[in-house]
Amino acid sequence: MSTNAKIETPPTPAPVEKIKVKVDGREVEVPKTMPDGVTGKPVPTTMIQACHAIKVEVPHYCYHPRLPVAGNCRMCLVEFGTPAMGPDRKPILNPDGTAKILKSPRPAIACATPISPGMEIYTNTPNVRFMREGILEFLLINHPLDCPICDQAGECKLQEYSVDHGQTSSRFAEIKVHKPKRVDLGPRIILDDERCILCTRCIRFTRDVVGDDALGIVNRGSYNTITAYPGKPFDNNYSLNTVDLCPVGALTSKDFRFQMRVWFLKETKSLCTSCGTGCNVVVGSREDRMFRYKPRENDSVNATWMCDHGRLNYRWIHNPERLVQVTVRNGAAATVSDWKSAMPQLAARLKSAAPGTVAVIGSARQTTEELFLLAKLARHFQAVTDSVPRTGPADHLLLNADRNPNSTGAVFTGLAATPMGSNLGKIAEGIRSGRIKTLIVFGEDVTRHGIGADLLARLDLLVASDILPNATTKLAHFVLPGCAHVEKRGTFVNVKGHVQKFMKAIEPKGDARAEVEFLKELLPTVTGWTAPRSLEGLFNQMAGEIPALQGVTWAALGDTGVRVQI
Amino acid sequence: MPQEYRQILKYADAPGYTPDVECYLRHGGYQILKKTLEIEPKALPDGKSMSPAEQVRDQVKLSGLRGRGGAGFSCGLKWSFVDRRSGKPIYLICNADESEPGTFKDKQIIHKDPHQLVEGMIISCFANDVHLAYIYIRGEFAEGARILNRALQEAREKNFLGKNILGKGYDLEIHVHRGAGAYICGEETGLIESLEGKRAYPRIKPPYFPAVLGLYMCPTIVNNVETLCAVKHVVDLGPSEYAKIGTPNNTGTRIVSLSGLVKRPGYYEVEVGKVTIRELIYDPIFGGGLRDGRQLKAVIPGGSSSKILKAGERFKLKRKGPDGKDVEQELDMLDLPYDFDSLIAAGSMSGSGAIIVLDDSTDIVAALSNLSEFYAHESCGQCTPCREGSLWMSKALHRMANGQGRKGDADYLLKIADNIPGGRTVCAFGEACSWPVQSCVTKFKDEFVARGTQDEERRAAGSK
Repeated sequence: MSTNAKIETPPTPAPVEKIKVKVDGREVEVPKTMPDGVTGKPVPTTMIQACHAIKVEVPHYCYHPRLPVAGNCRMCLVEFGTPAMGPDRKPILNPDGTAKILKSPRPAIACATPISPGMEIYTNTPNVRFMREGILEFLLINHPLDCPICDQAGECKLQEYSVDHGQTSSRFAEIKVHKPKRVDLGPRIILDDERCILCTRCIRFTRDVVGDDALGIVNRGSYNTITAYPGKPFDNNYSLNTVDLCPVGALTSKDFRFQMRVWFLKETKSLCTSCGTGCNVVVGSREDRMFRYKPRENDSVNATWMCDHGRLNYRWIHNPERLVQVTVRNGAAATVSDWKSAMPQLAARLKSAAPGTVAVIGSARQTTEELFLLAKLARHFQAVTDSVPRTGPADHLLLNADRNPNSTGAVFTGLAATPMGSNLGKIAEGIRSGRIKTLIVFGEDVTRHGIGADLLARLDLLVASDILPNATTKLAHFVLPGCAHVEKRGTFVNVKGHVQKFMKAIEPKGDARAEVEFLKELLPTVTGWTAPRSLEGLFNQMAGEIPALQGVTWAALGDTGVRVQI
Repeated sequence: MPQEYRQILKYADAPGYTPDVECYLRHGGYQILKKTLEIEPKALPDGKSMSPAEQVRDQVKLSGLRGRGGAGFSCGLKWSFVDRRSGKPIYLICNADESEPGTFKDKQIIHKDPHQLVEGMIISCFANDVHLAYIYIRGEFAEGARILNRALQEAREKNFLGKNILGKGYDLEIHVHRGAGAYICGEETGLIESLEGKRAYPRIKPPYFPAVLGLYMCPTIVNNVETLCAVKHVVDLGPSEYAKIGTPNNTGTRIVSLSGLVKRPGYYEVEVGKVTIRELIYDPIFGGGLRDGRQLKAVIPGGSSSKILKAGERFKLKRKGPDGKDVEQELDMLDLPYDFDSLIAAGSMSGSGAIIVLDDSTDIVAALSNLSEFYAHESCGQCTPCREGSLWMSKALHRMANGQGRKGDADYLLKIADNIPGGRTVCAFGEACSWPVQSCVTKFKDEFVARGTQDEERRAAGSK
């Protein structure tokens, strides 16, 4: 029925024939075929897609544009009619010249029924509303109605459609079906089978998108129960997507459950930083605390998924060890300073550095703008520069072997050597030989990459900016606390050259500041070059200077980014 | 005088008739297959020629043979929907899941005359260019599966199956596949899923019409055991002779499974439409009447999912008069001819040909509760209305049958039942589980209301 699909940009489809249909009396022209959500192959356009094209929402549970159609929830039942045909296979006309419509005696599920020319779809007739009420009632009779303690409350389709199509009281006079609660499906997921409406989205995702036939249904009828294979935990790198897909509170994330009511969460468009894919995410935060990542739709990058590895890699942001103070060290004594007094000192020290005696290491986890400014600084000193390559095993779907979110940005800005990391040895050698006297490190612990503490001790000046303390910051003469990506704005360029921006979700901790901010303060004094004031301006300036980014503007990035040639 | 017309069961109960191939051959077995394989391409007036397979398909279409499984759909038309241009293999599946309560006709064929089914299947496969076919038999028919496997082995040994059948260059293999015991496996797309090794969830149509996207996403024909046997007789007699059996648009014979409170329950093969329900129940050669002193209460005419007919109900039917014109005729329920069209006109169906007779000793609430429990147990649970509705109705009926009824339960049940059928569900199970409730509660509403009222009063009086 379907194959495991790689998430790729769908090739631009050849122009397809358009057909006209009417949705609730309004005419809409839609392509005859549309790419299948899983395989990308052209398949006949369905009623729900035609309705979507004209912004008519047909309520649904089991349908998901990225999954094979199951057609089991029956919430999307609509009425429809098709042009009546005469014996000559020509449409029969009404006296006023319009086509005579033959209304189907049976409803159809909008998610699976293909449209045909002249079809009329009725999504809001009394009968359709009656059917929806009926379906919703059926879904609710055995539902525990435990919204007050349910994590899904606030983003639950049962709640939403109950408001739209539900009844105020129940006529159910029987005893509810009881099913397993708090089922430990795997290391990251808890299942409440009583809340489950058996839409099978989780099963289809796991089987048809991930290729792991881990979930299934046991028992029959109303006793149907979702479960993982006995003795085999549901543990693939995409399991948490089933929590997003679950339209109700049946599947919950162990990481997120009972942490925060979702209506308190501020949602900020951002990016995952755990690998070079750059999955688009929404950061859920409240009062400067981040609670979760959820994938955000981007057809060119991650469809609507993200991997568990990336999704759960955010705890470091709230690590109590975070660097929150500017520290200046003279000899053995480190003193807490502040930006106001430390920056002029640093500028003065840097200004006196001779060209050729400086090295700059900027992490490929920094934003493109930060790397651009570092590159400006480096160029002023004719410094040796590099970034640190970081790799891990890739998987078949989204997780990339390149575990830096911005390796391409590091290459574009010229900060990374070719290949990345090949200058690290030269820098170590330069320090050893005494040629390099100043080292500027952003976002890396260079002691773990061939520039050991003994070498760092030889430097006249070591400037380190980071988020968490490490062996390098411990030895630095100037420690400049930086920001996690959720605490600032910026862009990353993914491994395929997709330039994407992310927005600020929470305030930085303590004295930590966005790196772009203090680099912009430093540059005019040290190099005489003043960066544009705004981040937008800085990006546009950078795009003008980097050949690969020619013509790209901050505004053009939009929410889903722009693909450039690598 | 009504009488049996034994065509498919002609030899089944003959003394000394055994299910082995030798016995079948002694009774003219596999002669129709030989005849079929010897059909020559026929030249048409327009210069084209009609292949032997096409000719058989044409015969089946002209014979008016309708499916014996439940829906009564034209067999010839079903075959004509098969996508023959896909380049994919075409499969034929014999539906031997016979799971509709009250039905026990296919079992007789399988147990007593398995080679007739095999021959019918080979002919049907030949007609549809099928080279691999399956018999999907319900899990409970362990003995039936054993008999069929033996019959298939015998047929292979005689070269009625396998490569180059009877030297005519046609290859076919048939496999028996046993189900694991689920009513829904009789639904053709549920059956296909089950045959593919999956949970028997019926498929959504569109797009998964078996004639185009069936078994392994290839064009597939699913026919009932009795239908496939009838194909043999269509080819034997020729379509026009076959169509003379039975009545117009209701041709051939049907094996009626008669059960319930009659003196002579059993299976009776009759010409379709030539016998009335009254005759089937009361005639000494059929049901032989009700037990002494009992009155008829109701008849479930076509398997337990068909809508119940209440004794004394009258229906207006359009029938063709002797002059060929439609005449409207009012008939008592018992006088309905037992055929496809009359029962549809009476708002019910002849379904799988299973008549269940209820007399006045029947507690209709308990009977419906029993039926409803079956459907709640057998709902596959794929789609919402059937999954939730079937169990809801069953629970309510169970409550009523156990003295916890309410006055309003009749309307309560109807409101639940009305939300299930009519295209709301993936497959016809929605109808199957709601029709009995709709028809019983509507037609016996006074009994349901009385029961509920009685229960409420008893509870109000304080005795639980």
